[in-house]
Amino acid sequence: MDRNMDDLRYIRSTMERSTKFLSLSGISGVIAGLVALCGAYLAYLIMKGSFTLTGILLFDLFILAAIVLVVACSAGIYFSARKAKKIGAKFWTQVTVQLIKDAGVPLVVGGLFSLILVYQGYFGMTASAMLIFYGIALINAGARTYRDIKILGACEIVLGLLAGVFIGNGLLLWAIGFGVLHIVYGIVMYMKYDAKSDKANG
Amino acid sequence: MKDIISGLNKIFDSRVRLGIMSVLVVNDSVDFNTMKELLEVTDGNLASHLKALEKEEVIVVKKQFVGRKPNTSYSVTDQGRKLFQEHIDALEKLINPLT
Repeated sequence: MDRNMDDLRYIRSTMERSTKFLSLSGISGVIAGLVALCGAYLAYLIMKGSFTLTGILLFDLFILAAIVLVVACSAGIYFSARKAKKIGAKFWTQVTVQLIKDAGVPLVVGGLFSLILVYQGYFGMTASAMLIFYGIALINAGARTYRDIKILGACEIVLGLLAGVFIGNGLLLWAIGFGVLHIVYGIVMYMKYDAKSDKANG
Repeated sequence: MKDIISGLNKIFDSRVRLGIMSVLVVNDSVDFNTMKELLEVTDGNLASHLKALEKEEVIVVKKQFVGRKPNTSYSVTDQGRKLFQEHIDALEKLINPLT
């Protein structure tokens, strides 16, 4: 009987391994959240006029946004690659490519749309657009990694919609969505999946 | 090929073959190297099991060129999908006969 149970377990884990990117690390979520919070705070200072890089508000915000994006993504890739190594999985597989494709479309479209909003002068709506498109990207990616990410996606969308209604609070809701939620999500994921595998591997 | 008492199919009577089928029923098609990495088996071992499954017509092989490199990919047949599902059902039944 044990062998049959083992067989079933093996079948299930193989199916999962071949379709899901399970190296997504909880720590990377926490780091991304912290980076986003720092970014939001700096953006707040820049908008208040008490801090500037180039002297032009819009340029400042662009540079800041680019730095936040690059640092957060690098941390995500670094810690996920590390986790992949730890659990003995490959980081770069067909599933990884598929995951990037699934999430990439809404992310790129959302990014471009946010730029268009800025270009047309609808500054107040950019936070809303970013949150909504990011949420859609996460839900899209949900089929290829831990399903929990869909919940995060749904929360981002709700925040995005709120940001669209309460238009003066864009930065605050952005900080909650990209900062606080990522940190909470990262910690939950770490406890739920990563800590367990850490223990299993000694 | 089915064992009358257990309902288990002799075709899938090996870890590697279970692995191959598990990968193929949830993916449209998978190439040889990806399969090898997923299942952590040697070339020869994997090739012989793939050949056996192909002979039973539960999987099909597609050979093509990606650029200049030959690429062999595998996918499951309708028959294979059905037999594998029956095999899983049989396994579940053996573990929990009441369901």
